[in-house]
Amino acid sequence: MPDALLSLRGVKTNIGRYHILHGVEFDVPEGGLTMLLGRNGAGKTTTLRTIMGLWRAAAGEIRFDGRDITGLATPDIARLGIAYVPESMAIFGDLTVQENLILAARSGPFDPKRLDWIFSRFEALKRFWTLPAGHLSGGQKQMLAVARAIIEPRRLLLIDEPTKGLAPAIIANMIEAFRELKDGEATLLVVEQNFFFARALGDSVAVMDDGKVAHCGGMAAFAADTALQQHLLGLGMGEHQ
Amino acid sequence: MKRDLLPWLLVPLVIVAALPLVGSAASWVTLTVAGLAMGLMVFIMASGLTLTFGLMDVLNFGHGAFIAVGAFVAASVMLAMGSWMSADSLALNLAAIVPAILAAMVVSGVLGFAFERVIVRPVYGQHLKQILVTTGGLIVAEQLIKVVWGPEQITLTRPEALRGAFLLGDIAIEKYRVLAVVVGLVVFAALALTLNRTRIGLLIRAGVENGEMVESLGYRIRRLFVGVFVVGSALAGLGGAMWGLYQETVTAGIGGQVIVLVFIVIIIGGLGSVGGCFVGALLVGLTQNYIGFLEPKVALGSNILLMALVLMWRPQGLYPVARR
Repeated sequence: MPDALLSLRGVKTNIGRYHILHGVEFDVPEGGLTMLLGRNGAGKTTTLRTIMGLWRAAAGEIRFDGRDITGLATPDIARLGIAYVPESMAIFGDLTVQENLILAARSGPFDPKRLDWIFSRFEALKRFWTLPAGHLSGGQKQMLAVARAIIEPRRLLLIDEPTKGLAPAIIANMIEAFRELKDGEATLLVVEQNFFFARALGDSVAVMDDGKVAHCGGMAAFAADTALQQHLLGLGMGEHQ
Repeated sequence: MKRDLLPWLLVPLVIVAALPLVGSAASWVTLTVAGLAMGLMVFIMASGLTLTFGLMDVLNFGHGAFIAVGAFVAASVMLAMGSWMSADSLALNLAAIVPAILAAMVVSGVLGFAFERVIVRPVYGQHLKQILVTTGGLIVAEQLIKVVWGPEQITLTRPEALRGAFLLGDIAIEKYRVLAVVVGLVVFAALALTLNRTRIGLLIRAGVENGEMVESLGYRIRRLFVGVFVVGSALAGLGGAMWGLYQETVTAGIGGQVIVLVFIVIIIGGLGSVGGCFVGALLVGLTQNYIGFLEPKVALGSNILLMALVLMWRPQGLYPVARR
């Protein structure tokens, strides 16, 4: 088992007077893709936002590459090499596709090879390069949101429901892109509802229920255990293919 | 993809539509230049406020304090250089005006920095408290102005080179209004270039849309906001200085009076949009001048009426900014 790049211990997050996370604990091994699964409202998005510092952990510890990042501000967390793709995509609609990516490339001009690779995966971004991103379709916006996270090498990608509302052809492309990323330099933590996607890509899995992690382990074992899936997610993976 | 040019077209439309109503071509040209000059001065004062609202959702009613302080500082410098102001030499006039305007911008900028630190920062994300606290800041600033400069209004006389009018046949165009138009256009061009051609500008535009995502990309938006706040305050100081010269009097209440126009302009333009603020300011300036000429009794309400009409057409303003 590779060392954990990211680990959460006893993380609790409150939003206003609501207690959302009740002591989340799991590890994200370096170099792989960890799927964060769970029913709606289980706390998956809150977990990603807490890691990113967008919501403050009320208790517990989040360590990235051995360093405690629990109290860091969001920009400082991002500068450690963590990229975040929110569920809402949060593309800048008034900026062009190019300008969205320029902002994401903090260290300077684009690496042409990397840009070509992104274009090979998300061809629409090349076609609409100078178009305001607000005019893109939902799928194209999702491509741009992911491209923004990978336009430069990052050590950890936090991606919230990347396939939500996407056409199957785009999902297939995204699977290929994520596979190439995890085979390359990046570690990924992906929140996903699409179990076909989760099983196709995940190396490990953490399943959340009611603000806590109810199961951690390898994806292959989880995919094979329909009883556990039924217990934790309500449905077997086979029903989602 | 087509750009939305319809709001921009409103400006020439209003200008052309006013011609038959005004009747006399000479009066129409004079009113148009006066409207553009007034609009551009309001734009200078409003541009910083619209950006700070867009970036951090801050409702700063204290913006009027920067306008007032700018006007008083500029007035003090110009009065101290009275002999140069009254000299029959454009060079000497400018030698008095330029430092006066620079001093107004610097003092208003510094005041803006302190205002953000002390008054605005503790109430981020709390609109009601922002309104109360910044309005209080404006009232305190007005009283402090009275302490420093006295309770009486200061009368300013425009420098020799900016008095009078250019005469083109029977058309008279005030020289100072031409200067106001030129300065306003320069400020707009500088802002447009910064916002559209620089990385800082990209960050500001992105931050106006979704500050949280800008932070997630690794940028410290608070620092950006402080920078914009200071520049916006300095621009308010510039606008205040120009407005003081335009009115030829400066009173402690100048900020409170102009801030109403400023808010109308940024609401018409779409909160957070500099382009919208520019178009809104021109429409406000033109409408007030045309209606003031045609129907003086309703001139005071003309801007409110304009705002209501614009919001009925586009409830988020002329150029609504895509929000998070």
